[in-house]
Amino acid sequence: MKGWNWDGFFEYLTNYYLFEGAMVTLGLTIFAMAAGLILGFVIAVMRMSKYRFLSGPAYFYIWIFRGTPLLVQLIIIYTGLPQLGIKFTVLQSTLIGLTLCEAAYLSEIVRAGIAAVPRGQINAALAIGMRPSQVMRYIVAPQAFKIIIPPLGNSVNGVLKTTSIASIISMEELLRRTQVLIQEKFLVLELFVVAALYYLAMTTAWELIQRRIEKRFGKAYGPMSADAH
Amino acid sequence: MSQPNMIELQSVSKWYGPAFQVLKDCSLTVTKGEVVVVCGPSGSGKSTLIKCVNALETIGEGKVLVTGIGVHDPKTDLPKLRSKVGMVFQHFELFPHLTILENLCIGQEKVLGRNREEALTKANALLERVGLTAHARKYPGQLSGGQQQRVAIARALAMDPVAMLFDEPTSALDPEMINEVLDVMVALAQEGMTMIVVTHEMGFARKVADRIVFMDAGEIVEIGDGESFFDNPKTERAKSFLSKILAH
Repeated sequence: MKGWNWDGFFEYLTNYYLFEGAMVTLGLTIFAMAAGLILGFVIAVMRMSKYRFLSGPAYFYIWIFRGTPLLVQLIIIYTGLPQLGIKFTVLQSTLIGLTLCEAAYLSEIVRAGIAAVPRGQINAALAIGMRPSQVMRYIVAPQAFKIIIPPLGNSVNGVLKTTSIASIISMEELLRRTQVLIQEKFLVLELFVVAALYYLAMTTAWELIQRRIEKRFGKAYGPMSADAH
Repeated sequence: MSQPNMIELQSVSKWYGPAFQVLKDCSLTVTKGEVVVVCGPSGSGKSTLIKCVNALETIGEGKVLVTGIGVHDPKTDLPKLRSKVGMVFQHFELFPHLTILENLCIGQEKVLGRNREEALTKANALLERVGLTAHARKYPGQLSGGQQQRVAIARALAMDPVAMLFDEPTSALDPEMINEVLDVMVALAQEGMTMIVVTHEMGFARKVADRIVFMDAGEIVEIGDGESFFDNPKTERAKSFLSKILAH
């Protein structure tokens, strides 16, 4: 039995190579959430359209990307597509895969948020002469955003951890770099505990941020709920 | 009447699905400055009828004209036409994420293209008029129902409408708040605003209505002036309706 190596543990805890990996994980998360939210919004609006040529492709997209594992999607993008002459770097493949996959989930969250804005609000906005795009921008989207803050927060937490799947196509994020370092001293337990602590630190920090965001956006409606009626 | 026609409904019919007809051949002409009250039992199509005027409801057959322009005509710039017709809803429908002042400004700025300063001047004047200047920076959720409805009227007026539609404006209010809203509406009527008001407030109807439209089962059953409708209803259905709501 090898036992627990404190020196090794602290060495890896302060290892810059690993820290960098954690920062890459953070960067991937921010990118996937931002790009996924934009794409997800477009897909949500398409899916809610009364026109089949818009809602059909949106539904198909969600079906594909929610119905298959991200792992498989990443391998297809990075390892499979070159067969057709379409080549992406590891970073490109990771960003594309994460964004496409996340957009599918986020679009469902966005759709639920939009659907939760009462019809009366849309009528009131139309009645003062707003065009449908203005109704969306000034009336529906801000209210929908408030509604979806909690589930969006959950998504950030999820994506932070999901980025680790990109290690499979050798994306040098936190997990991949953890695995690489094992070759040094074979301190498997110490290394993975350090990796776990990094993930925990990031998800915990996010939780605190999310709480503040929810507090801030909760205030905008005043002490009484506006949808009391 | 010498006044020009402001709102015309010509044989408007509407169906929900193939079988259920919500509006049956409804015709009504409202001239400039006229106040028309629409009453009738619930489910009679009053709200649907009033929402046809600014095309919040589609119609099956017939024609709706506002200042002579076809509301359901595909060539009509509908948002522009809607901006000229103010609407007040049963549940106020103020925008909860905006302050009272922003509620009054957003349409002026985004729809009419007024600048911030113009919009604020107008908004403040209207808030003063409905007696809510002190609440300008609050959010709708912080106001009582009666106050919210007065803001909603001010929001509609901020667009300088040529006519106003009221869809049961006092039905969702506690009794002690009804009068503060009716007072604003009476003042508006006396200033010559063209109004169609769906309401059960018969006192209001008697006081300001030039004509009363009685609807039942999707039909306009009777149209009369205030006095004759209440004192001498022509149809059995109107008699029975009045005896129910005026019993106490």
